[in-house]
Order: sequence, then C-alpha cells, then structure tokens
Amino acid sequence: MRTPVSADAPGAEERGRDRRPQPASPRTLRTLRARKGWTGFGLSQIWNYRELLYFFTWRNIKIRYKQTLIGAGWAVLQPFFMMIAFTFLFGRIAEIPTGGVPRPIFYYAALLPWTYFSTTVSTSSESIAASQALITKVYFPRMMLPMSFALSSLFDHLIAFLMLVVLMIYFGVTPTITLALIPAFVALAAVTAMGAGLWASALNAIYRDVRYAVPFLLQFGMFVSPVIYPSSRIPAKWQTLYYLNPMAAVIDGFRWALTGTGRAPGAPLLLSIAVSLVLLLTGMMFFRRTEGLIADLV
Amino acid sequence: MSELTAIRADHLGKRFRIGESDPYGTLRESLMKGVMAPLRWMRRERSPNKIGADMHVWAVRDASFEIKEGEVVGLIGRNGAGKTTLLKLLSEITEPTEGQAQVRGTLSSLLEVGTGFHPELTGRENVQLNGAILGMGRSQIKRKFDEIVEFAGVARFIDTPIKRYSTGMQVRLAFAVAAHLESDILLVDEVLAVGDLEFQRKCMGRMEEASSMGRTVLFVSHSVASILRLCPRVILLDRGGIVEDGKAANVVKTYLDSGFGTSAHREWSAETAPGDEVARLLSVRVLDDSGAVAEDLDIHRPVDIEVTYRLFTPATGTSPTVTLKFTNDEGTVVFASTDMVRTDWYSKPRMPGVIRSTCRIPGNLLAEGQVFVELILASTNPAAIHWMESDVVAFHVQDATSGEGVRGPMVMDWPGIVRPMLDWRIEAEARSPEA
Repeated sequence: MRTPVSADAPGAEERGRDRRPQPASPRTLRTLRARKGWTGFGLSQIWNYRELLYFFTWRNIKIRYKQTLIGAGWAVLQPFFMMIAFTFLFGRIAEIPTGGVPRPIFYYAALLPWTYFSTTVSTSSESIAASQALITKVYFPRMMLPMSFALSSLFDHLIAFLMLVVLMIYFGVTPTITLALIPAFVALAAVTAMGAGLWASALNAIYRDVRYAVPFLLQFGMFVSPVIYPSSRIPAKWQTLYYLNPMAAVIDGFRWALTGTGRAPGAPLLLSIAVSLVLLLTGMMFFRRTEGLIADLV
Repeated sequence: MSELTAIRADHLGKRFRIGESDPYGTLRESLMKGVMAPLRWMRRERSPNKIGADMHVWAVRDASFEIKEGEVVGLIGRNGAGKTTLLKLLSEITEPTEGQAQVRGTLSSLLEVGTGFHPELTGRENVQLNGAILGMGRSQIKRKFDEIVEFAGVARFIDTPIKRYSTGMQVRLAFAVAAHLESDILLVDEVLAVGDLEFQRKCMGRMEEASSMGRTVLFVSHSVASILRLCPRVILLDRGGIVEDGKAANVVKTYLDSGFGTSAHREWSAETAPGDEVARLLSVRVLDDSGAVAEDLDIHRPVDIEVTYRLFTPATGTSPTVTLKFTNDEGTVVFASTDMVRTDWYSKPRMPGVIRSTCRIPGNLLAEGQVFVELILASTNPAAIHWMESDVVAFHVQDATSGEGVRGPMVMDWPGIVRPMLDWRIEAEARSPEA
C-alpha cells in the first residue's frame, strides 16, 4: 500500500550526501512475502486505493461512451427493446399477469436492475483478463478492476432510469412515497453484482471455462429472478429457496417501490440482504486468496 | 543517503511453471485433482511427482541485498537473468515463492512507459489515469499537471485523443507522468531506451535529479553507459542469482568481459531443444572465417552465425524461418537480417530433418564491442513463433590498434554503431597554388 507522503518529504536539504541523524522516518515499512491461505477482505487496501477506484470507474465510463456512436443511448436502448419484446411475448402471447401494472412498466422496472446486474457481472468477469498489460506492469489491488465495473455500470443504470421516468409519465403511473427506497434497492443490486463480479473475475483468471459459463449462468439467472413474471407466482413452499437469489428481492423491491403494487418487502428481503452480503464478503476473500496467482496467470 | 534501509531482500525467490502444460488451468483439471486426491492418498502418492518438479523454473533464486534510502543502484544482466522478475517482486506485481522483501516508503515501478494509456482518451485524461495508476493522488496530479504537459511538450494537443499522437509524443507524455512521481522509491526498467536523443537526455537529467533529491532508485538497463552515469553501485544478475554486487565500474567490467552467461556457442539436447511441434532449435554458433567457434573476432574478418534446427513437419513457403537481430552493448539494435531473403530456398517444399541456416556478416561492418544476437525462429503462414530469445549468443568484435583499422593510427574510442572501412580518395589538385 502506498501511504501518502507530502510532496517535499525527501526535502532539498537532504541534497548531497548529508549524513546528519534524521528524525524517525514517517515511511511505513512493509514486508512482501508469499500470501498463504485466507487473508481477510482487504478493506484497508481498498481504502488506500480509493482514488484509483474512482479513476478506473471514470475510465470505464469514458471509454464506453467514446467508442460508440450513440453513447449513452445504448444504456437505454438495451432494456427498452427487451421491454418491448417482453411486452409482446410474455404479455400479449403468453398473457402472464402483471398485477394491474402497465406491462411496459412491469418489465422495464425489472429489466433495469437485471440489466445492471448482468452487465456488471459480465464486464467485471472479463476485467482481469482484459487488463493483462496493466496487471503485469504495475501493482494495485486487483480487486479495483472488477469493483470499478460495478460502479461504472451504475452510470448506465442512471441513464436507463430516466427512460423509466418517461414511461411512467406516459402510462400515467403515479409514484408513491416508496419511491424514496429505490436507492436502497440499487445499493442491494450493487452489492450483489459486485460480489458476483468478484467471484466471476477471480475464477475467470484461473479457469478459462468461466468465460463460457458466465453468459449461460446469467441467462439462467434471469429465469430464476422475477423479470418476466411476478414473484407472486412462486409457490409458498419455494419462497425461501427463491429468495436465496438476492436479485429476486431487488427486482421485487423495484416494482414495489416504483408502482406501489406487488409484494412489499418483508422477511424474504432480509434473507436476500444476508445472502448478498455473504456473496460480497466471500467474493472479496476469494479474490484476495487468488490475487497472488493472477499476475502469473493472465 | 540515510542509514535507513529502503529495500531489503532476504533469499527472495520466484518460481514459474513452464513446459507443455498450459499454466492457465481448466476447471476440469482442478475438479479431477480434487476427485483424485483421496485416491492418491490411498496409494500413498503424496510426495510431489517428479514430472511436476521439472516443469518449474526459478526466475529469481536466493537473492539477498540491501539498499539504503537515497541509494541509486543499477541492475544488469543478460535477458532472462531475472532483472524484470526481481523488479516485479519488489513492486508487488508478483508474489515471491520463497523468501521475503521489506520495503520502506512509497514505491512506484516503471516497467514500461504509458502503462494503462488508452488510445481513445485525450492526453489530459491519460495523464490523470496514468498518474493514478502509478500511485499519484488526485490533488498531486492536479498540482503537477501543467508541469507534466510542459515537460512532454504536447500542450497544444492535450485535449486530443492520444491515438492521434505520434509514437514519440505518446512516449514523451508517458515519461513526463512517470518523471513527476514523488514516490520514495522508483523501480525503473529500461524505459529510457525510447524516444529521441534529446528527450532521452532530458529523462536522464530527471533521473539524476531524483537521486540527488534523496530518492531511492533501482534502475535496470542494458545500456552500460547510462548505468555507469547514474548508478554508483551495480548488481549483476545471472540465471536468477546475484553474481556480483559492488562498485559500478567493477561490476560492469565483469559483465562486459564475460559477455555474461552468453557464449558464442549454444547447443541443446533432443529433450531440452527449445521450440514447438513444428521446429526445435539444436544449436546456435558464432564462427570465424575458418569455421571455428569464436568469441573474439577480428573486425576485418567476416563472422558467421550458424543456426541449426530440426524441422518436424513438411514445410512450404516461409515457414519456419530464421531471423537474427544484432544489438550492441548499449542496447541499440545495429541491424536485423532474415533468411527469408533466400526465396529460392523458400519456394521449394522441404521435408522434415535438420536444417542449417547461416548468416554471414562481412568484415569491416560491426563496430568494436560486445554484440548480442537475438534469434527468432518463426513462420509467416500460418504465423507462429516457434521460439525466440534475445542474447541467444554473443561475441566480441575487436579492432586492432596496430594502425590497420578504421581508426587509422588513432587509439581513442571511435564513435558509431557500425565501423565500415570506407574508400577514401585523396588527390592533390593538378595545379599547385604557387604556379
């Protein structure tokens, strides 16, 4: 870790070969050796490198929008067209009930957090491999890379959210006071996505199979989350199992907070929060454990 | 220089896995290992198997040294000696396999210039990002920004994406960021070998400044000249171990005198032959004009570099081919040559077998000094590098001071990376000025 040192610490008076006794050095001494086993979450490292996390996040956003033609539009188009497809397929054809919510709102409200989650997991799972040049040339906590994608995708999410506002006005859906809880659900989605992203990126650095498993798992994940159907359709006896998936609670929460309909968060939410935190913390631990291997493998 | 230790390495070692097996595992292998573990245990096969041990190579082994705060230390050794690995260990890019190192203060490693530069981002954005990656804080970047841009001399283009910059401009900008780091310890790897001469001078000045400010610098270079200029102390590495550590002049002398670890003759047995399933190298030799292996060669006489390899598959077109690159002891590439120029050979199909490709360097071309040869055994279609190594062989070119050399009767150092014997026409004008 690099401790901040003031600009003139090795001051000009040291110029030449001055051998005066010096005050005790404020510089920290650290020992580098092979890490063995589990070494915690690396929270102090994250703190020390918080500015780099900010810069990586900022870079991800800039690069994403500089290389594309319509820039931020992609963040809206993706969930928007999915919403249209879902409205026709699952609404008109399969006639899945939405509990009185206009279908576009019903689907878009779920696609928002789900798109955020799946974008984050797929980009962060590739983040280590994609930054090979960086990783083999300079040290920083490698965790910064997958984590920065969980943060930069929030920007897309925010833009896509503006589209939701337009849809709600168009369909005359009046938000209730519960709207104020949206940030809390976004936070839960971010924690979940970051946790899953850390696991996926660390595994992807070690096993190449992961690259092929991630898209498949994400697709599968969408079916076990209430994206195309309301969670009320899940039989009561499966509820506990169902909410082991934190994204189920996030999506439920989004629909409920936006439209005031559907299931209000209750005990299952607590379960989901717990699972989500466990996912993040174990993700950090697992990542730390494999970090030593990463520079040698990528 | 203070009495405090900036870096202390204790028996530092790094082992890499090499060989046939891909280091990048697949899930299946790991799963299989997990399933097989109890079986192996039952068969009492718990000791690491012998094949596994052979597939490891120590890039650095048993390296112990101490560097005081404010010291500037050079690190030399031929390619593959473990210099870069040592820097990577000290900068935490890789973890040591054994031993440990202690580092006091903030440390920045410059293993290349422009780490993390992104072509789509503007000069300004890249300065900010690169600064952050190298360990600068936001406020520090803001404070140093104008200075960096001025140092690089790219002020007019600072808001242009750097993909529109020339390579020279990109390098200048990247080095400018690195030059403004305020870390206590700088680890620098050959980055000065880039950019134009004037800029290189500027960078050297900057490095000297850093050392006089009491920073600790560990500097890796092929360039004996810049090592001697910057570093009072030099560590010589070979095959991962420290060979000599001491006064720059002495260590550099050892390095140059021995052409360290690189000889004029390399040979491999069938088992160790480097290469792949298409071609494997058997030997590389430096020969004088009598056909004998020679380390010291007369500047006037031709030199042959003979590369022998075994071809395993029938080949057509330019595959495999031999390319040689010649570098002097300052790290400057003198020239490169490929046997693809022999179109008559490459237009005919070849059968598996031993192939010998020899490159003749005429006399009176190379300058005096150590010459390192890089070998690339590669195919163009399908494109593949079967094997490559820098400094695969080396030799020493000697210019007599007897008065018959290019220098004439002079015995001074003679400039230039080549030393051709050119024709001089000297004539007196027909009419003398007196008449």
